[in-house]
Amino acid sequence: MSLIRKTAAELGTMVASGEVTAVEVAEAHLDRMAEVEPKVNAFLHVDRETTLEQARAVDARLRAGEKLGPLAGVPIAHKDIFTTRDMPTTAASKILKGWRPPYDATVTARLRAAGLVILGKTNLDEFAMGSSTENSAYGTTRNPWDLSRVPGGSSGGSSAAVAAYEAPLSTGTDTGGSIRQPASVTGIVGMKPTYGGSSRYGLIAFASSLDTPGPFARNVLDAALLHEAFSGHDPMDSTSIDAPVPSVVEAARTPDVAGMRIGVVKEFSGEGYQPGVLARYHEAVQLLESLGAKVVEVSCPSFLTALPAYYLIAPSECSSNLARFDAMRYGLRVGDDGTRSAEEVMALTRAAGFGPEVKRRIMLGTYALSSGYYDAYYGQAQKVRTVISREFEAAFHQVDVLVSPTTPTTAFPIGERADDPMAMYLADLCTIPSNLAGNAAMSVPVGLADEDGLPVGLQIMAPVLADDRCYRVGAAVEQALESRWGGPLLKEAPSL
Amino acid sequence: MSAITRDEVAHLARLSRLALTDDELDHYATQLDAIIESVAKVAEVAAEDVPPSSHALPLTNVFRADEVQPGLAPEQALSGAPAVEDDRFRVPRILGEEA
Amino acid sequence: MTMLYDEALDRFEPVLGLETHVELGTKSKMFCGCKTTFGAPPNTQVCPTCLAFPGALPVANAAAIESTIRIGLALNCSIAEWCRFARKNYFYPDMPKNYQISQYDEPLCFDGYIDVEVNGEPVRIEIERVHLEEDTGKSTHVGGATGRIHGADYSIVDYNRAGIPLVEIVTKPIPGTDRLAPEVAKAYVTELREIMRSLGVSDVRMEEGSLRCDVNVSLMPRGASEWGTRTETKNVNSLRSVERAVRSEIERQAGVLAEGGKIVQETRHFHEDTGTTTSGRSKEEAQDYRYFPEPDLVPIAPDPAWVAKLKEALPELPLARRKRLQAEWALSDHDMQAMHNADAIDLVEATVAAGAPAADARKWWMGELARRANETGVPLSGLPITPVQIARVTELVASGALNDKLAREVLEGVLAGEGTPDEVVERRGLQIVNDEGELSAIIDQVLADNADAVEKVRSGKIAAAGALVGGVMRASKGKADAARARQLILEKLGVSE
Repeated sequence: MSLIRKTAAELGTMVASGEVTAVEVAEAHLDRMAEVEPKVNAFLHVDRETTLEQARAVDARLRAGEKLGPLAGVPIAHKDIFTTRDMPTTAASKILKGWRPPYDATVTARLRAAGLVILGKTNLDEFAMGSSTENSAYGTTRNPWDLSRVPGGSSGGSSAAVAAYEAPLSTGTDTGGSIRQPASVTGIVGMKPTYGGSSRYGLIAFASSLDTPGPFARNVLDAALLHEAFSGHDPMDSTSIDAPVPSVVEAARTPDVAGMRIGVVKEFSGEGYQPGVLARYHEAVQLLESLGAKVVEVSCPSFLTALPAYYLIAPSECSSNLARFDAMRYGLRVGDDGTRSAEEVMALTRAAGFGPEVKRRIMLGTYALSSGYYDAYYGQAQKVRTVISREFEAAFHQVDVLVSPTTPTTAFPIGERADDPMAMYLADLCTIPSNLAGNAAMSVPVGLADEDGLPVGLQIMAPVLADDRCYRVGAAVEQALESRWGGPLLKEAPSL
Repeated sequence: MSAITRDEVAHLARLSRLALTDDELDHYATQLDAIIESVAKVAEVAAEDVPPSSHALPLTNVFRADEVQPGLAPEQALSGAPAVEDDRFRVPRILGEEA
Repeated sequence: MTMLYDEALDRFEPVLGLETHVELGTKSKMFCGCKTTFGAPPNTQVCPTCLAFPGALPVANAAAIESTIRIGLALNCSIAEWCRFARKNYFYPDMPKNYQISQYDEPLCFDGYIDVEVNGEPVRIEIERVHLEEDTGKSTHVGGATGRIHGADYSIVDYNRAGIPLVEIVTKPIPGTDRLAPEVAKAYVTELREIMRSLGVSDVRMEEGSLRCDVNVSLMPRGASEWGTRTETKNVNSLRSVERAVRSEIERQAGVLAEGGKIVQETRHFHEDTGTTTSGRSKEEAQDYRYFPEPDLVPIAPDPAWVAKLKEALPELPLARRKRLQAEWALSDHDMQAMHNADAIDLVEATVAAGAPAADARKWWMGELARRANETGVPLSGLPITPVQIARVTELVASGALNDKLAREVLEGVLAGEGTPDEVVERRGLQIVNDEGELSAIIDQVLADNADAVEKVRSGKIAAAGALVGGVMRASKGKADAARARQLILEKLGVSE
């Protein structure tokens, strides 16, 4: 079997044993990228030589007897929102075109330390604002299952790269669902760790109190291995939790839900959900029950207010976070003709450098924080946030995990929602509560919708710092379904 | 009645340092109006006595020791700057107060 | 037209408010590990965090938090049990993130006071809040006629100062100062500066900007109960300027009001050269700062036991220390105030610690040395002489090796860089004449040369002996011990007192 079809765990073992070199593994993936990138457009930046240099360095470290982790020599696609010393970092925005950071994000540094080989930087919605990658300043990424459809977003380049076998692993960030929703619509595994479980240092901020780095992989164990490789306390991030990483790898190797209490979120079902999505979702719930889990329905009424609360909190934070893009110290500068003031040059640059969705959210956030509106909007949204956290807490007294569809529909056609922000925002309806409450949540593939043959994801939500429960339940679902299907869901994907 | 007027959107654009064209202002005014109407649903949650959460998790007291760490060399600091003069960031003339 | 100060005060009552920014003397910046050395080459003390590079994050400096709490305790404030940083959003090229991390409605310290003395009268200034924030970078304006912001072609920015911890201390409005408003303002800032020094939290050098003051002034007609519209004057960078800014703003506002005009709530700038203020940006069109809790930093919840420990460990504060020293040195309020005004207390205390009697230490520092400092335009502490050297001089006088006149010459020699007091005595040959034989010979010569005076003394006009003593002092070039000389003269003339 070709190297690109292997799991990350297998590749790690093969490199460690000397069966293949990191360079050979990297070359196989670079070749695959060269072949399918013209169709998929998952990457914003690829530099074969920089990648091979990293791979050679890993091979040398292994030869020198250095003890590296289980993913040493495994290639990874890195979301272009993490800073990288040796590659440009743009957040898919014109305002950062060509910017070369003088420092690595903590996640980047930990990938390097673990011996992962970065294949390139993946596409995203500009500054991670969107659910389709259509908001990228550098062109849309296409869903490998159907090139006329979106790969989800904002981490759509990362989900597409893994689904298209360009990389066995990728990184993402999840602010309102930006890992779970793209994982769901491309038929792969995506995990949003507990907020503060993975470092935000060097992650270009969209909404600081929500942004969470997490892994993509084609199976639950690979996701756990990557999760473990880059997570854990970081003194450079004040909101990082100073506690051990939950034992996610062990959980991924324990696909057993017998006796677990699983709560079905009553509010995330019914009208507005695609029938094929609901069908696969209900089957998955029945499957869990057949595996010995105790399934109960749990009502979380405030979850339906999570979406409006999110669209106040996230834009408010973003309006402030993106103020630094002002044409003074780095990035684009427009209109500096020697007569214009700094103020005018800032406004011209930001108008030219930001795309429509970013501008929309900056203005919405500026509005929500304005004196006179603060209490009714931002302030009230923060109270709703507390109510949602309390509902999660109450639910987790009753059950070990909550489940729902990851997103109400399968991948939608490119262009369908591009001019309708409200329709686009609905893609994150089910994922947002966990961002507001900071708890762990995962999406695992549970089959294809009958009406369009596209992947459907199951969302598994666990309490803060109980990330391992997502992996345990995810692994159980994966094992049961793969034995039913005779292999991973991606086997069903049309070949590119 | 609309939730937000075109003039208010123009004010937001100024506050946000976004030089928008008239067409853009019209366009955003319509969109923001719809979005604000929709997000106003947060008011429906009864939360008078609920404390607001600014953070996802209740951490407190995260500090660093007062120790000097190596920073960037001036070349690195200035490497991405649109304009540089005398090891400083060169910026267009600044309006407003003398700082 | 501005109105003369006295007339202005006849017609109006001022209400003051002071906002003081103190740069803390931490080794590293507020939210990153960059150095804080003053005057370093441009952009050599910067990192991704203080340059606001994408993705960089702040982590709060523990020492800055501790210093702020100590300042709050020294100002008799309550310390918040739980509080947050907040972002203050406005665009300015000096400020890399285009928001300042500050505190808004949850300051770390609040509701305190300090007591100051003005003309010997105690005045209590109430403190509204003490909070922690970060400093901005520094722009240099290039082109144009004056190097000022207006008319400049462009600016160049150095971010070394960006992110240095800044403590903001805000008073409650201060009514009732009446004519003493300028003096009260100055006394407050002086006291604050000394408190900072005694806490060791800042070098509080106004000339380097590590202590900066904004002065709020409003006027109301005498007898009115409602306060007038206030202005905020920035750029007040010396103690003298604090006084002048208050005075000039009172005169200006009184002039406007007397002509039936209205005071505009605005920021004004103080100009050292003219001693006047000019209008800055009007507050009416000012920014909506859109404060919100800083999501990149977690709340601060100081452990009450730790705060209690900090309180217990506070050093003696300047006013209490002055009271104690005044009692120990047995000085009048007036003398103590004079020493305070002359910045002589530390020097006198050190001189006493080196063994000098307090009265002598005070006499030298407030007399000869204050005169010298005044003549040469340096602060007392800037004179090239140490408390230990002064103590040595007083010791030489006490032992009879020097008299006052010689002692003054010794000081002159030390100030001229001729060495230690002992070296100056040696080199200039300033020992008092202790040799009785030599003194006796000088006296004999003086008696012989002044027959008239000798006669008067012999006839009982003992007061005439003063002239003879003067003659001995002249003849000995001041090296004689005047008391001993007088004794010998009377002895030789067979007269007793």
